[in-house]
Amino acid sequence: MTNIDELRAECKEQYEKKLNRPRIVVGLGTCGIASGGRKVMEAIKKEVAERSLDVDIDFTSCIGMCFMEPIVEVSLPGKASVIYGDIFPNKVAQLIESHIVNETPIYEWAAMQIPDGDTPYEGIVTMDEAPYYKKQVRSVTSRLGRTNPESIEEYIATGGYEGIQKGLQIGREAIIEEIKKSGLRGRGGGGFPTGMKWQFVYNAVGDKKYAVCNADEGDPGAFMDRSVLEGDPHAVLEGMMIAGYAIGADEGYIYCRAEYPLAIRRLNLAIAEAEKYGLMGENILGSGFNFRIKIKAGAGAFVCGEETALLNSIEGQRGMPRVRPPFPANKGLWQKPTVLNNVETYANVPFIIRKGSDWYATMGTEKSKGSKVFCLTGKINKTGLVEVPMGITLREVIFDIAGGIQDGKKFKAVQSGGPSGGCISDENLDLPVDYDSLAAIGSIMGSGGLVVMDETTCMVDVSKFFLNFTQAESCGKCTPCREGTKRMLELLQKICGGQGELEDIDALERLAKVIKNSALCGLGQTCPNPILTTLRYFRNEYEAHIVDKRCPAKVCTALLVYVIDEEKCTGCGACVRACPSGAITGEKKQPHKIDIETCIKCGACAARCKFDAIVKA
Amino acid sequence: MACNCSEGAELIQEEAMQKLFDQYRDYKGGLIPVLQEAQNIYGYLPKEAMQQIAKELRMPFSKVYGVATFYAQFHMKPRGRNIIRVCLGTACHVRGGAKIFEAVKDHLGVGDGETTEDLRFTLETVACIGACGLSPCMMVNEDTHGRLVSNEVGEKLDIYE
Repeated sequence: MTNIDELRAECKEQYEKKLNRPRIVVGLGTCGIASGGRKVMEAIKKEVAERSLDVDIDFTSCIGMCFMEPIVEVSLPGKASVIYGDIFPNKVAQLIESHIVNETPIYEWAAMQIPDGDTPYEGIVTMDEAPYYKKQVRSVTSRLGRTNPESIEEYIATGGYEGIQKGLQIGREAIIEEIKKSGLRGRGGGGFPTGMKWQFVYNAVGDKKYAVCNADEGDPGAFMDRSVLEGDPHAVLEGMMIAGYAIGADEGYIYCRAEYPLAIRRLNLAIAEAEKYGLMGENILGSGFNFRIKIKAGAGAFVCGEETALLNSIEGQRGMPRVRPPFPANKGLWQKPTVLNNVETYANVPFIIRKGSDWYATMGTEKSKGSKVFCLTGKINKTGLVEVPMGITLREVIFDIAGGIQDGKKFKAVQSGGPSGGCISDENLDLPVDYDSLAAIGSIMGSGGLVVMDETTCMVDVSKFFLNFTQAESCGKCTPCREGTKRMLELLQKICGGQGELEDIDALERLAKVIKNSALCGLGQTCPNPILTTLRYFRNEYEAHIVDKRCPAKVCTALLVYVIDEEKCTGCGACVRACPSGAITGEKKQPHKIDIETCIKCGACAARCKFDAIVKA
Repeated sequence: MACNCSEGAELIQEEAMQKLFDQYRDYKGGLIPVLQEAQNIYGYLPKEAMQQIAKELRMPFSKVYGVATFYAQFHMKPRGRNIIRVCLGTACHVRGGAKIFEAVKDHLGVGDGETTEDLRFTLETVACIGACGLSPCMMVNEDTHGRLVSNEVGEKLDIYE
């Protein structure tokens, strides 16, 4: 058995040493790798070797600024770490020459600096002051982009496994009490109080109990769980261990999407490392508590994000939801009492136990405590991952943090909660973000994806998009969801196709209400939300499609025509060559014309035209 | 002398399957991992393999077939050496994911769920790969490609043999 205090002291010493060495760190989360992070890493290694420099080269996970990946951090002893964005291999030599060799950062490339007690540079904004981070808090995400996620030593050096150590000392009831007092609510979407959930499982009678982690992050537009799993896998493991100890479980499962290979790899590595140090397995820290975690890779079914479907899937069945009651707290995995939480919920637990529930409850609103991680995507300037205190307004998130809408366009809506959530219009942008206020306007917190839409997004088309998704992912067990999603999708296709009638809106509303009230599981009960919220806030768009046979955002192809602006057309003929159906005619150097009857509305001509002369009308 | 290299390959597959059964025979809830591994061995799930799984794990064939057809990950037909998954999730949808899909389709000459004749690529769509910050994006095997532009899709695919 390891002496944890000795181990921690040793890890801290090593970590301090590392921080006091010249080093270059590359962000290698999925987003960093996808943007070419590995090539940047290669280039840095080559450059450092060629110049025989005494520099450590390391990697970390995603710091959150996906919009400027690949991200590279350069740090010299005693000086602040400088974070550079958009560093591609061709910039590496200059970066090393300037920052490492000449000890002068490249100011125009620097995104921000993190002093962390060292001397800051003048002329580079600090992380605390940077617009992207100023309104953020970094708690669950505090290690993301800062430590090496594949090093258990760095996790331990930064307070890791202190939570379980403290938990084992204070005892099972006290842990549950702390979680209750912290006000932590489920971060997967439902928002059920975590402490209460644990209490139910603690109370449940059973010879065997399980702690299960839902990492089947299937909501389109959400990647918080992936980022946490890739960036701080040990925090999730530690959270599960604390839960396991509190409820009396000795076995845990993480059900992770197969689409997240890097997350699965880092989790497996983290488990092996924890077992090596005796922080997982038999008799953890000499307490007599045993705990093991297994990883189950999902097999590509969105419905498995629903808790009872997930349990069936772990058991090797078709991933269909179960009828409740009995609830998983009493009859869960293999009919044994089971606690099920999502990745972010578990990742919060070690922080709460270590720093205390009072610290946690200082963040957030009356009924929604703590922080929430959101993924900002869609038509905004700065896409990425943010952690904000509950109660912040959407306007602050979208405009202050994410820098507003791309290309100076006008904000139209923000979609929260994926296919289960709703579209929020600008009239509600100043609402504080918490579970209850989002529910009040017909949306949900969901797992935390925020997809921003601008004036070029058609809200009827967005509804259709989500229905297409839920209809395809409906497991088919209950009739309201299986048949209802199909019928709603047909109505939306009819409206987008220009065949809509006003009665269709009533039919949609009626169907939506019936499905909401009668579907078996969360997927079905929430799938009408995108329709209901768009009908509530963007009804005029539906009516324009139906009455005027017009798509205001010019997205629905059946409702638009391509025309040539005679003023702008130079008669170059590029569009004629691009048109696959021969619909464009005209004399050379004379304005051309599109024959509406022959035109198939593919848009190839508009893409080819150099003079922006072909427009949708 | 006739070439027997395909027999050799079959033998290796057979051995791998036996190893798999030894590992999972008494494993609770092992059906899905077994199907996943079997698909890795054969590249897809041939009927014979599913029958063998049913026998070895002592469950009705209908159950194996039921589970295999429920999940999007399992395939009953041979697949390409490289799997392309173009993301059509919400973030990619509003940033033009459909155009990327069209471009890949045109480049390969196959549709959604289809495989090129030379078995080099299988084209699929996916409802989100969690790289929304880089949308529009796609996955080729385990590599994620982000910030895609329609006319550059071809060269991204050329590196996969």
